[in-house]
Amino acid sequence: MGKFRAGKIKPKYRLFFMALPFIIFVFAFAYVPIFGWMYGFFDYKPGLALSDMEFVGLKNFMKIFTDWRDLSRVLRNTLVMSGLGLLAAPIPMFFAIFLNEIRRPFFKKFVQTTTTLPYFISWIIVFALSFAVFSNEGLIANILKMMGSTKAFTNILGENDAVWCMQWVLGIWKSVGWNGIIYIAAIAGIDAELYEAARVDGASRFQLIRNITIPSLYPTFFVLLLLSISNLLNNGFDQYFVFFNPLVADRIEVLDYYVYKVGILINDYSYSTVLGMLKTLFSVAMLFGANQLSKKVRGESIV
Amino acid sequence: MKQKFTVFDAINYLLFILITIVCIYPFYYVVIYSISNPELASKVVLLPKGFSLQTYKTLFSLNNIVGAFGISVARTFLGTALTVVCTSFLAYLVTKQEMFARKFVYRFFVITMYINAGLIPWYLTMRAYGLKDNFLLYILPTAVSAYYMILIKTYMESLPISMEESARIDGAGYFRIFRSIIFPLCKPIVATIAIYAAVAQWNNWTDNYFLVNDENLQTMQMILYNYINQAQNVANVSSQTMADTANAVKITPMAIKMCITVIATVPIMCVYPFLQKHFVKGIMMGAVKG
Repeated sequence: MGKFRAGKIKPKYRLFFMALPFIIFVFAFAYVPIFGWMYGFFDYKPGLALSDMEFVGLKNFMKIFTDWRDLSRVLRNTLVMSGLGLLAAPIPMFFAIFLNEIRRPFFKKFVQTTTTLPYFISWIIVFALSFAVFSNEGLIANILKMMGSTKAFTNILGENDAVWCMQWVLGIWKSVGWNGIIYIAAIAGIDAELYEAARVDGASRFQLIRNITIPSLYPTFFVLLLLSISNLLNNGFDQYFVFFNPLVADRIEVLDYYVYKVGILINDYSYSTVLGMLKTLFSVAMLFGANQLSKKVRGESIV
Repeated sequence: MKQKFTVFDAINYLLFILITIVCIYPFYYVVIYSISNPELASKVVLLPKGFSLQTYKTLFSLNNIVGAFGISVARTFLGTALTVVCTSFLAYLVTKQEMFARKFVYRFFVITMYINAGLIPWYLTMRAYGLKDNFLLYILPTAVSAYYMILIKTYMESLPISMEESARIDGAGYFRIFRSIIFPLCKPIVATIAIYAAVAQWNNWTDNYFLVNDENLQTMQMILYNYINQAQNVANVSSQTMADTANAVKITPMAIKMCITVIATVPIMCVYPFLQKHFVKGIMMGAVKG
């Protein structure tokens, strides 16, 4: 340190050397795993060094075709969940617009606080809460029993037909308040004079919303939409892992889950690596494309 | 300007009351279930029935629950402290235009937000570093976060630079300027990031699931998942308490599950209302491009 202080090293290098430990650290934790993609080109055997493993070229990539029956089902689930997510994209916007129409600041704040809470709990806790509400000994079953229902209760979390809808609703429940905040901020940033002028012209509340608020929110909506499109294959692992059960396996296995299943449960490290690698490359390409599109349409990049 | 309370307002209020209930009630239900007498608890809807803390008492007499709670608290505090210190200092460094290869360094970090190696390469790398069954696995990988770095950097760039310049003239080094001038000025954003990091630490369980089998290193989230999912654990607790015949209150598996849910959720529910404004500030700053 003393040597640095003495000023023998120029500030620009001193700064770089101060950042160097972080560079090495991030290299070790974020870049080194990427080198692990090499396992996709080898026949991975636990306990062997990479040099002792057999190089198999694209053999692991070819598994995609032999595995297509399973993989196409997984991709279907992935795209269904992402598609439903896109369908739900306007919900936080309307949440914010209607919340903005509420004039009592206290109530507004209260709604904001309560609706953002689900965002800050883990999917395991969401699972535990769903269990408390939907399971055979849960709230709904208990209420039905108290009302004298004698029909056998079916747990919706084990319903194959309901699983997409259920996971979709849970996802909205968890995120709508949080995503709404971005729009609330955007609404707060709209020039108040626009509203004044429109009101003087005799515009009604709905006209204000339709002709001023919603158009002002388009840019925000567009950016978020592009980001979610670029995340088409990234549904996340947690949600689908915790809600997985054999009864709904057919429809709940999304790509992030499948990478785990192939790697950890089936123990095919190489094939799992290939799937993870292709998923990342696809996402980066999509993000890049979305960014280019944004530049073209709005003259501004999103990342 | 006062406006009339219209039918639309009435519906709007009703709608938001409903949304609020849907968001809050599951938490409330689990809490009242957990403090009810387990035998009456299946009839609980709005208020607890036959108040009893017996299940909690039993659970807190089990070593694995207490231990897991301790591990979760430890990883939350240590992990957050490490993230805040490392990430904010790094953010300070990358605000310095004169740094050698600054653009490259900055991009080097930002790229990590988009490129994800995937589960197996990550798993094998962590194992190769000896982080399997190691507490450091919980706190090390998150020490430097590109996203937080961008947020802090953006905030630092909005600070007036005159103070730093006068300190520079006084001969203070980068580290001293960071510690005594910049870091204290960044309190608002640092608080926000500390909270994000803490919540993420408390909620994280995948590292535990994939790489930690050691019973003594289990986190609260993992324990909760296991209890909800496996009848086995619950049966163990029950048989243990069955032996304790002095207990007037019989503990049910469902009551145990509800209690553990509360234990795993309560830290977030306690700090959350006070910190909500920081959360909101964070997302607003995140909306500003880094």
